[in-house]
Amino acid sequence: MAVPVYKGSFGRREAERLLWRAGFGPKRGEAEKLAKLGLRKAVNSLVSPRRERLTGPVPRDDDGNALAPQDAWGHDHLWWLDRMVRTRRPLTERMTLVWHDWFATSNDGVGSQRLMLRQNALFRQRALGSFSDLLVDVTRDPAMLLWLSGTDNSRWEPNENYARELMELFTLGASRGYTERDVREQARALTGFRNDWNDSGPRNFRYDRERHDPGMKRIFGKRGNFDWRDSCRLCIHHRRHPSFFVPKLWSYFIPKPPSTKTRVALERLYVRSNYSVRPVVSAILKHPDLYKGPRMVKPPVVLVAGMLRGLGRGVDTDAWAWIGDMCGQHLFYPPNVSGWQDERWLDTATFRGRWYAVNRALTPFAKDPDDERGSEPLDAAQLVARAIAFWGSPTISAPTRGALVGFAQQAIADANEDWKQEVYPVLIQNALRQLIPVSPDYQTS
Amino acid sequence: MTPSRSCHCNEFSRSHLVRRAVAEAGRGLPAIEPGMPLPAGTGLDRRTFLARSAGLALGVYGASKLSFDMLDEGIARAASAPPGRVLVSVFLDGGADSMSVLFPSGDPRYRTLRPQLALPESGGQAFAEDPRLRWHPAAAPLAALHAEGKLTTMPAVGYKDPDQSHFTSRHYWEVGATSSQLRTGWIGRYLDRVGVPDNPLQGLSLDWQLQPSLATSRVPVATVDSPDGYDFWARNVWGEVEARMLPTIGRLGAVQPRGDRGVAQAADVAKQANQLRVQLSAFGAFTPPVAYPAGDDEFPRRLSGLAAMISAGLPLHCVAMRAPGAYDTHDDQVTQLEEGLDLTARSLFAFQRDLEARGIADRVVTLIWSEFGRRAEENGSGTDHGAAGLGLVMGSQVRGQMIGEFPGLSSGLDSDGNLRATSDFRGLYCALLEQWLGTEANGIVPNAGAFARPAVIR
Repeated sequence: MAVPVYKGSFGRREAERLLWRAGFGPKRGEAEKLAKLGLRKAVNSLVSPRRERLTGPVPRDDDGNALAPQDAWGHDHLWWLDRMVRTRRPLTERMTLVWHDWFATSNDGVGSQRLMLRQNALFRQRALGSFSDLLVDVTRDPAMLLWLSGTDNSRWEPNENYARELMELFTLGASRGYTERDVREQARALTGFRNDWNDSGPRNFRYDRERHDPGMKRIFGKRGNFDWRDSCRLCIHHRRHPSFFVPKLWSYFIPKPPSTKTRVALERLYVRSNYSVRPVVSAILKHPDLYKGPRMVKPPVVLVAGMLRGLGRGVDTDAWAWIGDMCGQHLFYPPNVSGWQDERWLDTATFRGRWYAVNRALTPFAKDPDDERGSEPLDAAQLVARAIAFWGSPTISAPTRGALVGFAQQAIADANEDWKQEVYPVLIQNALRQLIPVSPDYQTS
Repeated sequence: MTPSRSCHCNEFSRSHLVRRAVAEAGRGLPAIEPGMPLPAGTGLDRRTFLARSAGLALGVYGASKLSFDMLDEGIARAASAPPGRVLVSVFLDGGADSMSVLFPSGDPRYRTLRPQLALPESGGQAFAEDPRLRWHPAAAPLAALHAEGKLTTMPAVGYKDPDQSHFTSRHYWEVGATSSQLRTGWIGRYLDRVGVPDNPLQGLSLDWQLQPSLATSRVPVATVDSPDGYDFWARNVWGEVEARMLPTIGRLGAVQPRGDRGVAQAADVAKQANQLRVQLSAFGAFTPPVAYPAGDDEFPRRLSGLAAMISAGLPLHCVAMRAPGAYDTHDDQVTQLEEGLDLTARSLFAFQRDLEARGIADRVVTLIWSEFGRRAEENGSGTDHGAAGLGLVMGSQVRGQMIGEFPGLSSGLDSDGNLRATSDFRGLYCALLEQWLGTEANGIVPNAGAFARPAVIR
């Protein structure tokens, strides 16, 4: 039973949605280019991309200095945002974000930007590879070992923190096919990691056989002298793992859950390909639901990276870190181990954050009403068309366009003096550029 | 990857450093400053939300188990209760020089100890309760309130064995004990006793961060930067065009067809944001019944907002904020002190008059304090850290009678040349708790039985 594939037309509109869902939106002209490839080749170009090469202006902080992502507050956020903006492998970068949310680790508990970046490199390296390998690497990753008490877990004092989340959040789902006894036994299997501390923080992460509980464990009804690798393997091979993995992965790309038929087909594909992520993502990106289904709210960092990509602007201000906070998504600081709530990005506070994200993105482009007096037409429809073109011609619905034209018409009608007729169109243009990205059309894809 | 580089310490406020220290302290790392106490409330979780019931953008501390809807309901419920008393705490940050605010013009040693800084005999109004003292000219609004019996003064409030570290002494005042271990504020512990689990406005910090005296362990408290903080602007959009642009935010939501869930979410939030903007701009644009000092300082704006909030029936109970000014006047004291004192005094005066005009003055008492006073002897153009300092309690319900006395500059100085305390801040706290807030100080102020209660409230 094959996974359904989208058969409709694959034009600019579809390519634009694909680039937002699988990456960070189109750079100028990118959607048109992708549309020409057709669906299959377009998806292939994302799942099997070219070699990475970051193109565009190198990132700077407000003082014009190079970023110090390991040390300076907020620079970790800026550093990753820059990769999202300049990458040639948007899906790889997007999957890195997916894993950051899936295995949500916060620097609030780790206290080391260096270790967070190391984990980030792991997510990137394993972005579309084997989930089984990823799980093994995450289990021994220093940031994760600190975050979920992996190095506090010893044969003498077993700590269940990682064992529980391993099953509940990472591989099986809450109360799906495991018991409290399995949690305790998994914790025993996972013992053995340790690290040292010195003045500069945690160091020397390693596996120490002495700390490991070598005894017999009973996990998911199987008996054995299991260790941490067995622990990961048992979760991956659990019969209820694929039915956890597929809908969760799906939810990052398509807001409506898959039909049973699609889900089962994807689960088979996942197991058949030996727990490889690439074929499953590839099938999701070609699924009819992605193109015909409802729109999806863009995560804040995707919105910001996408605006910068569309404008051809690099990361050149520290502001993106606190703006990330305002929007509810500070990279490397997910709210808790279950990650961000993708269903609840928008509230009146984060909306205001998004408004100021747009405001900041526009800073270097704001037209000056004195210097550029008379540079904009005194015509509502033309002003709106120019503002949409300024943003790289994103798809804007008729109702949204109507509201924008209505605003421009009213504002033009206020221009009852000669100077206003020259100055107001410039102000209106600035206002339209601000309004377009906060419209429901641009906030979703 | 970019090579590593040392941290931007200049961007780290003390609280950042301390937060980092807390995150790392459990791991045996050295403290940032050995012996420096952690501020009360450090590590309390903070969430931001907009209380629709109150029309405020709030940062909420210590209510991680409650949803925003529950908090909103809690505020609405608390607001429907009969109006109660309010305690406002105003902190003069840095150690204000009590000997300038109420200067001992009649003390024979004053001009010897302060050859440069002594204020002229003719300057300022006489202080009726002690012929040796006069009000700083910039404190004239306070003198006026004092003359009306609405200001209780403590010319030398402090504690035994004074600590001259800003952080430590401030911490003592904040937690209500000379203990560096306490992690809840004295007002926070009071709120833990009488507060409710779902009204964060009961303890409100008019600041961008939590004032540690409000730190609780059981009930939520909140920060609000200012009541008019929910604004939207765009670069080079102003006047009539801006007035047209702002409602378009809501319009963009209203015109969307229903059916698509993603669009509906984005449309709903645009409409709500616009609604809230309109509601709050009505709140921010209120005209106070009296004139507050002009200018861009937040203090008068926050006070006028506070009066409006109390008057509007928002369920505030204890409020904490910082006064404007730089009081750590090691040099250039004449100018620096006057600037801060002038704005603080005029703002407090306007606040009192505002409360009176709104008919709610009998419900509000304001405590004004600093972590310590300053050395009696000047160091040239300024003064160094001292011990006992000035405390004030303002309101229509205060007794207006001096607590303790000015100890004088001969026998009144300790071996470091600092003023000896003639009243204890813990006794003052006990008095405010018992006489104003109507609760036993026992269990809130450690060892409360040991402190004499001055008569603060009528």
